Amino acid sequence: MSPPVRRRVFLAAGAGLAALMLWAFAGLPDFGHYVGPYGDILNRSAIPDRQVTAVVSAINFDYRGFDTLGEEFILFAAVVGVASLLRELRGERNRRPRDDARGRRVREPSVAVTLMGLALVGPTLVIGLYVVAHGHQTPGGGFQGGVILATALLLVFLADQYVTLRRVGPMALIELAEATGAAALGLIGIGGMIWAGAYFANFLGVGHAGRLLSGGIVLPGSIAVGLAVTGGFAFMLSEFLEQTLVVRRGRRRRRGRR
Amino acid sequence: MIVLQLAVRLLVARAALAVVTTRDPLRQAMVASLYGLILGILFFVWQAPDVALSQTVVGAVALPLMILLALAKVKDEEE
Repeated sequence: MSPPVRRRVFLAAGAGLAALMLWAFAGLPDFGHYVGPYGDILNRSAIPDRQVTAVVSAINFDYRGFDTLGEEFILFAAVVGVASLLRELRGERNRRPRDDARGRRVREPSVAVTLMGLALVGPTLVIGLYVVAHGHQTPGGGFQGGVILATALLLVFLADQYVTLRRVGPMALIELAEATGAAALGLIGIGGMIWAGAYFANFLGVGHAGRLLSGGIVLPGSIAVGLAVTGGFAFMLSEFLEQTLVVRRGRRRRRGRR
Repeated sequence: MIVLQLAVRLLVARAALAVVTTRDPLRQAMVASLYGLILGILFFVWQAPDVALSQTVVGAVALPLMILLALAKVKDEEE
Protein backbone atom coordinates (compact mmCIF):
# COMPACT_ATOMS: atom_id res chain seq x y z
CA MET A 1 0.00 0.00 0.00
CA SER A 2 1.46 3.36 -0.99
CA PRO A 3 1.73 6.11 1.65
CA PRO A 4 -1.08 8.34 0.25
CA VAL A 5 -3.50 5.39 0.14
CA ARG A 6 -2.49 4.41 3.62
CA ARG A 7 -3.08 7.90 4.90
CA ARG A 8 -6.52 7.97 3.30
CA VAL A 9 -7.44 4.63 4.88
CA PHE A 10 -6.20 5.92 8.24
CA LEU A 11 -8.14 9.19 7.96
CA ALA A 12 -11.36 7.35 7.09
CA ALA A 13 -10.91 4.84 9.92
CA GLY A 14 -9.86 7.57 12.37
CA ALA A 15 -12.91 9.68 11.52
CA GLY A 16 -15.16 6.66 12.01
CA LEU A 17 -13.59 5.83 15.36
CA ALA A 18 -13.81 9.46 16.51
CA ALA A 19 -17.50 9.61 15.58
CA LEU A 20 -18.24 6.39 17.48
CA MET A 21 -16.24 7.58 20.52
CA LEU A 22 -18.05 10.95 20.57
CA TRP A 23 -21.39 9.15 20.32
CA ALA A 24 -20.43 6.85 23.21
CA PHE A 25 -19.07 9.66 25.42
CA ALA A 26 -22.21 11.77 24.85
CA GLY A 27 -24.24 8.95 26.40
CA LEU A 28 -22.14 8.65 29.56
CA PRO A 29 -23.73 9.71 32.84
CA ASP A 30 -22.43 13.00 34.25
CA PHE A 31 -19.70 13.00 36.89
CA GLY A 32 -21.30 12.17 40.24
CA HIS A 33 -24.51 10.83 38.67
CA TYR A 34 -23.92 7.14 39.05
CA VAL A 35 -26.62 4.85 37.70
CA GLY A 36 -26.89 1.34 39.04
CA PRO A 37 -28.05 0.03 42.37
CA TYR A 38 -25.01 -1.86 43.67
CA GLY A 39 -22.73 1.07 44.40
CA ASP A 40 -25.41 2.93 46.34
CA ILE A 41 -26.40 -0.18 48.30
CA LEU A 42 -22.79 -0.90 49.26
CA ASN A 43 -22.11 2.74 50.14
CA ARG A 44 -25.03 2.59 52.56
CA SER A 45 -24.33 -0.82 54.06
CA ALA A 46 -20.52 -1.14 54.20
CA ILE A 47 -20.03 0.85 57.41
CA PRO A 48 -22.96 -0.49 59.48
CA ASP A 49 -22.58 -4.08 58.19
CA ARG A 50 -18.82 -4.49 58.05
CA GLN A 51 -17.44 -1.50 60.02
CA VAL A 52 -15.21 -0.77 57.03
CA THR A 53 -14.74 2.87 56.03
CA ALA A 54 -12.96 2.14 52.73
CA VAL A 55 -15.85 0.74 50.72
CA VAL A 56 -13.60 -0.19 47.79
CA SER A 57 -11.56 -2.44 50.10
CA ALA A 58 -14.75 -3.92 51.56
CA ILE A 59 -15.75 -4.90 48.02
CA ASN A 60 -12.27 -6.20 47.13
CA PHE A 61 -11.69 -8.36 50.16
CA ASP A 62 -15.16 -9.14 51.48
CA TYR A 63 -18.19 -8.74 49.18
CA ARG A 64 -16.27 -9.73 46.05
CA GLY A 65 -13.30 -11.46 47.70
CA PHE A 66 -13.66 -14.28 45.21
CA ASP A 67 -12.82 -11.91 42.33
CA THR A 68 -9.73 -10.72 44.17
CA LEU A 69 -8.65 -14.34 44.56
CA GLY A 70 -8.91 -14.69 40.77
CA GLU A 71 -6.89 -11.51 40.25
CA GLU A 72 -4.31 -12.67 42.74
CA PHE A 73 -3.85 -15.88 40.80
CA ILE A 74 -3.55 -13.93 37.55
CA LEU A 75 -0.53 -12.23 39.11
CA PHE A 76 0.67 -15.59 40.41
CA ALA A 77 0.42 -17.09 36.93
CA ALA A 78 2.29 -14.10 35.49
CA VAL A 79 5.08 -14.57 38.01
CA VAL A 80 5.28 -18.29 37.24
CA GLY A 81 5.40 -17.38 33.54
CA VAL A 82 8.28 -14.96 34.10
CA ALA A 83 10.08 -17.54 36.20
CA SER A 84 9.82 -20.26 33.57
CA LEU A 85 10.66 -17.95 30.65
CA LEU A 86 13.70 -16.47 32.34
CA ARG A 87 15.01 -19.68 33.88
CA GLU A 88 18.59 -20.58 33.27
CA LEU A 89 19.02 -21.95 29.77
CA ARG A 90 21.68 -24.16 28.31
CA GLY A 91 24.38 -22.03 26.73
CA GLU A 92 23.79 -19.20 29.12
CA ARG A 93 26.27 -18.46 31.78
CA ASN A 94 26.32 -16.17 34.73
CA ARG A 95 28.94 -13.54 35.07
CA ARG A 96 29.93 -11.30 37.89
CA PRO A 97 26.88 -9.13 38.51
CA ARG A 98 27.49 -5.65 37.28
CA ASP A 99 25.86 -2.95 35.33
CA ASP A 100 27.15 -2.55 31.82
CA ALA A 101 24.47 -1.58 29.37
CA ARG A 102 26.13 -0.11 26.31
CA GLY A 103 27.29 3.47 26.45
CA ARG A 104 27.24 3.59 30.21
CA ARG A 105 30.71 3.56 31.61
CA VAL A 106 29.82 4.54 35.13
CA ARG A 107 30.01 1.44 37.30
CA GLU A 108 29.00 2.94 40.62
CA PRO A 109 26.03 5.16 41.28
CA SER A 110 26.72 8.80 41.99
CA VAL A 111 26.73 10.02 45.58
CA ALA A 112 23.52 11.95 44.94
CA VAL A 113 21.67 8.83 43.74
CA THR A 114 23.00 6.77 46.65
CA LEU A 115 21.96 9.35 49.24
CA MET A 116 18.57 9.85 47.64
CA GLY A 117 17.98 6.11 47.49
CA LEU A 118 19.06 5.54 51.08
CA ALA A 119 16.93 8.45 52.30
CA LEU A 120 13.88 7.08 50.47
CA VAL A 121 14.10 3.40 51.44
CA GLY A 122 12.78 3.93 54.98
CA PRO A 123 9.87 6.24 54.13
CA THR A 124 8.89 4.01 51.19
CA LEU A 125 8.75 0.96 53.45
CA VAL A 126 6.66 2.83 56.03
CA ILE A 127 4.22 4.15 53.41
CA GLY A 128 3.91 0.68 51.90
CA LEU A 129 3.22 -0.95 55.27
CA TYR A 130 0.75 1.82 56.15
CA VAL A 131 -1.16 1.41 52.90
CA VAL A 132 -1.37 -2.38 53.41
CA ALA A 133 -2.31 -2.20 57.10
CA HIS A 134 -4.97 0.50 56.64
CA GLY A 135 -6.59 -0.97 53.54
CA HIS A 136 -9.91 -1.23 55.36
CA GLN A 137 -9.89 2.38 56.53
CA THR A 138 -8.25 4.59 53.94
CA PRO A 139 -7.79 4.34 50.18
CA GLY A 140 -5.34 1.69 49.12
CA GLY A 141 -4.90 -1.87 50.24
CA GLY A 142 -2.80 -4.94 49.63
CA PHE A 143 -2.13 -4.39 45.95
CA GLN A 144 -1.09 -0.75 46.08
CA GLY A 145 0.93 -1.18 49.27
CA GLY A 146 2.56 -4.32 47.90
CA VAL A 147 3.85 -2.56 44.80
CA ILE A 148 5.14 0.32 46.96
CA LEU A 149 6.98 -2.19 49.17
CA ALA A 150 8.53 -3.82 46.10
CA THR A 151 9.80 -0.45 44.88
CA ALA A 152 11.69 -0.09 48.18
CA LEU A 153 13.76 -3.03 46.98
CA LEU A 154 14.41 -1.21 43.72
CA LEU A 155 15.63 1.81 45.69
CA VAL A 156 18.18 -0.44 47.40
CA PHE A 157 19.44 -1.48 43.97
CA LEU A 158 19.58 2.13 42.75
CA ALA A 159 21.40 3.27 45.87
CA ASP A 160 23.96 0.50 45.88
CA GLN A 161 24.62 -2.57 43.83
CA TYR A 162 22.93 -5.70 42.67
CA VAL A 163 24.83 -7.77 45.24
CA THR A 164 23.33 -5.68 48.04
CA LEU A 165 19.88 -6.24 46.60
CA ARG A 166 20.44 -10.01 46.80
CA ARG A 167 21.50 -9.66 50.41
CA VAL A 168 18.49 -7.64 51.63
CA GLY A 169 15.99 -9.47 49.44
CA PRO A 170 17.07 -13.08 49.03
CA MET A 171 15.20 -14.96 46.33
CA ALA A 172 14.01 -17.63 48.76
CA LEU A 173 12.35 -15.00 50.97
CA ILE A 174 10.70 -13.30 47.99
CA GLU A 175 9.31 -16.61 46.71
CA LEU A 176 8.12 -17.49 50.20
CA ALA A 177 6.25 -14.16 50.49
CA GLU A 178 4.56 -14.67 47.12
CA ALA A 179 3.49 -18.23 47.89
CA THR A 180 2.41 -17.53 51.48
CA GLY A 181 0.33 -14.52 50.46
CA ALA A 182 -1.45 -16.36 47.68
CA ALA A 183 -2.12 -19.38 49.90
CA ALA A 184 -3.30 -17.21 52.80
CA LEU A 185 -5.91 -15.50 50.61
CA GLY A 186 -7.28 -18.88 49.52
CA LEU A 187 -7.33 -20.08 53.13
CA ILE A 188 -9.24 -16.96 54.25
CA GLY A 189 -11.89 -17.94 51.74
CA ILE A 190 -11.97 -21.50 53.08
CA GLY A 191 -12.25 -20.09 56.61
CA GLY A 192 -15.50 -18.51 55.44
CA MET A 193 -16.72 -21.96 54.32
CA ILE A 194 -15.91 -23.49 57.68
CA TRP A 195 -17.19 -20.82 60.05
CA ALA A 196 -19.73 -18.81 58.06
CA GLY A 197 -21.14 -21.22 55.52
CA ALA A 198 -19.86 -19.74 52.24
CA TYR A 199 -16.55 -19.23 50.47
CA PHE A 200 -15.21 -15.76 51.38
CA ALA A 201 -18.01 -15.07 53.83
CA ASN A 202 -16.81 -12.68 56.54
CA PHE A 203 -16.22 -15.05 59.46
CA LEU A 204 -14.29 -12.73 61.82
CA GLY A 205 -15.75 -10.20 64.21
CA VAL A 206 -16.22 -6.84 62.50
CA GLY A 207 -15.44 -4.68 65.56
CA HIS A 208 -15.88 -0.92 65.38
CA ALA A 209 -15.26 1.27 62.34
CA GLY A 210 -12.11 3.34 62.71
CA ARG A 211 -10.20 0.85 64.85
CA LEU A 212 -7.18 -0.79 63.29
CA LEU A 213 -8.57 -4.24 64.08
CA SER A 214 -11.98 -4.02 62.45
CA GLY A 215 -13.78 -5.17 59.37
CA GLY A 216 -13.30 -8.91 59.87
CA ILE A 217 -11.55 -10.57 56.92
CA VAL A 218 -10.90 -7.28 55.08
CA LEU A 219 -7.64 -6.56 56.92
CA PRO A 220 -6.26 -10.14 56.76
CA GLY A 221 -7.20 -10.22 53.07
CA SER A 222 -5.38 -6.94 52.48
CA ILE A 223 -2.28 -8.23 54.27
CA ALA A 224 -2.34 -11.53 52.33
CA VAL A 225 -2.60 -9.70 49.01
CA GLY A 226 0.09 -7.25 50.16
CA LEU A 227 2.44 -10.14 50.89
CA ALA A 228 1.72 -11.84 47.57
CA VAL A 229 2.03 -8.65 45.53
CA THR A 230 5.24 -7.59 47.27
CA GLY A 231 6.68 -11.04 46.55
CA GLY A 232 5.36 -11.11 42.99
CA PHE A 233 6.64 -7.70 41.96
CA ALA A 234 9.94 -8.16 43.80
CA PHE A 235 10.34 -11.51 42.04
CA MET A 236 9.73 -10.07 38.59
CA LEU A 237 12.01 -7.14 39.35
CA SER A 238 14.79 -9.47 40.51
CA GLU A 239 14.39 -11.78 37.50
CA PHE A 240 14.55 -8.87 35.07
CA LEU A 241 17.54 -7.36 36.87
CA GLU A 242 19.28 -10.72 36.85
CA GLN A 243 18.69 -11.09 33.12
CA THR A 244 20.15 -7.65 32.53
CA LEU A 245 23.07 -7.80 34.90
CA VAL A 246 24.08 -11.42 35.43
CA VAL A 247 23.03 -13.73 32.61
CA ARG A 248 25.16 -13.66 29.49
CA ARG A 249 24.93 -15.93 26.48
CA GLY A 250 27.92 -18.25 26.34
CA ARG A 251 28.79 -17.73 22.70
CA ARG A 252 29.09 -14.00 23.12
CA ARG A 253 31.73 -14.48 25.69
CA ARG A 254 34.12 -16.20 23.30
CA ARG A 255 34.44 -13.14 21.13
CA GLY A 256 36.14 -11.47 24.02
CA ARG A 257 35.53 -8.28 25.85
CA ARG A 258 34.46 -5.35 23.88
CA MET B 1 -13.50 21.87 40.28
CA ILE B 2 -14.69 22.02 36.66
CA VAL B 3 -11.60 24.07 35.72
CA LEU B 4 -9.31 21.59 37.46
CA GLN B 5 -10.96 18.64 35.72
CA LEU B 6 -10.65 20.34 32.36
CA ALA B 7 -6.99 21.20 33.00
CA VAL B 8 -6.13 17.62 34.00
CA ARG B 9 -8.00 16.28 30.97
CA LEU B 10 -5.98 18.49 28.65
CA LEU B 11 -2.78 17.49 30.45
CA VAL B 12 -3.56 13.77 30.01
CA ALA B 13 -4.35 14.30 26.32
CA ARG B 14 -1.09 16.20 25.81
CA ALA B 15 0.96 13.60 27.68
CA ALA B 16 -0.66 10.74 25.74
CA LEU B 17 0.26 12.50 22.51
CA ALA B 18 3.82 12.88 23.79
CA VAL B 19 4.05 9.12 24.49
CA VAL B 20 2.89 8.29 20.96
CA THR B 21 5.13 10.80 19.21
CA THR B 22 8.31 9.93 21.11
CA ARG B 23 10.25 7.59 18.84
CA ASP B 24 13.25 6.56 20.95
CA PRO B 25 12.16 3.65 23.19
CA LEU B 26 14.36 4.76 26.09
CA ARG B 27 12.83 8.23 26.17
CA GLN B 28 9.42 6.75 25.52
CA ALA B 29 9.69 4.71 28.72
CA MET B 30 10.37 7.89 30.70
CA VAL B 31 7.55 9.80 28.99
CA ALA B 32 5.21 6.86 29.63
CA SER B 33 6.18 7.01 33.29
CA LEU B 34 5.23 10.68 33.43
CA TYR B 35 2.00 9.87 31.61
CA GLY B 36 1.22 7.20 34.23
CA LEU B 37 1.68 9.77 36.98
CA ILE B 38 -0.55 12.32 35.24
CA LEU B 39 -3.22 9.67 34.67
CA GLY B 40 -3.01 8.92 38.41
CA ILE B 41 -3.66 12.62 39.10
CA LEU B 42 -6.69 12.45 36.81
CA PHE B 43 -8.17 9.56 38.79
CA PHE B 44 -7.46 11.44 42.01
CA VAL B 45 -9.21 14.57 40.75
CA TRP B 46 -12.17 12.37 39.82
CA GLN B 47 -12.32 11.21 43.45
CA ALA B 48 -11.09 7.66 42.87
CA PRO B 49 -8.07 7.50 45.21
CA ASP B 50 -7.81 3.69 45.13
CA VAL B 51 -7.55 3.63 41.37
CA ALA B 52 -5.19 6.61 41.49
CA LEU B 53 -2.82 4.74 43.82
CA SER B 54 -2.86 1.62 41.65
CA GLN B 55 -2.35 3.66 38.49
CA THR B 56 0.56 5.60 39.98
CA VAL B 57 2.48 2.60 41.31
CA VAL B 58 1.94 0.48 38.21
CA GLY B 59 1.91 3.11 35.47
CA ALA B 60 4.63 5.40 36.79
CA VAL B 61 6.95 2.85 38.40
CA ALA B 62 6.43 -0.83 37.60
CA LEU B 63 5.69 -0.68 33.87
CA PRO B 64 8.45 1.81 32.85
CA LEU B 65 10.86 -0.18 35.00
CA MET B 66 10.12 -3.43 33.16
CA ILE B 67 10.51 -1.60 29.83
CA LEU B 68 13.83 -0.05 30.92
CA LEU B 69 15.22 -3.38 32.09
CA ALA B 70 14.08 -5.11 28.90
CA LEU B 71 15.74 -2.35 26.84
CA ALA B 72 18.98 -2.72 28.79
CA LYS B 73 18.90 -6.48 28.14
CA VAL B 74 18.23 -6.03 24.42
CA LYS B 75 21.09 -3.53 24.05
CA ASP B 76 23.33 -5.91 25.93
CA GLU B 77 22.52 -8.70 23.47
CA GLU B 78 23.09 -6.47 20.46
CA GLU B 79 26.69 -5.83 21.36
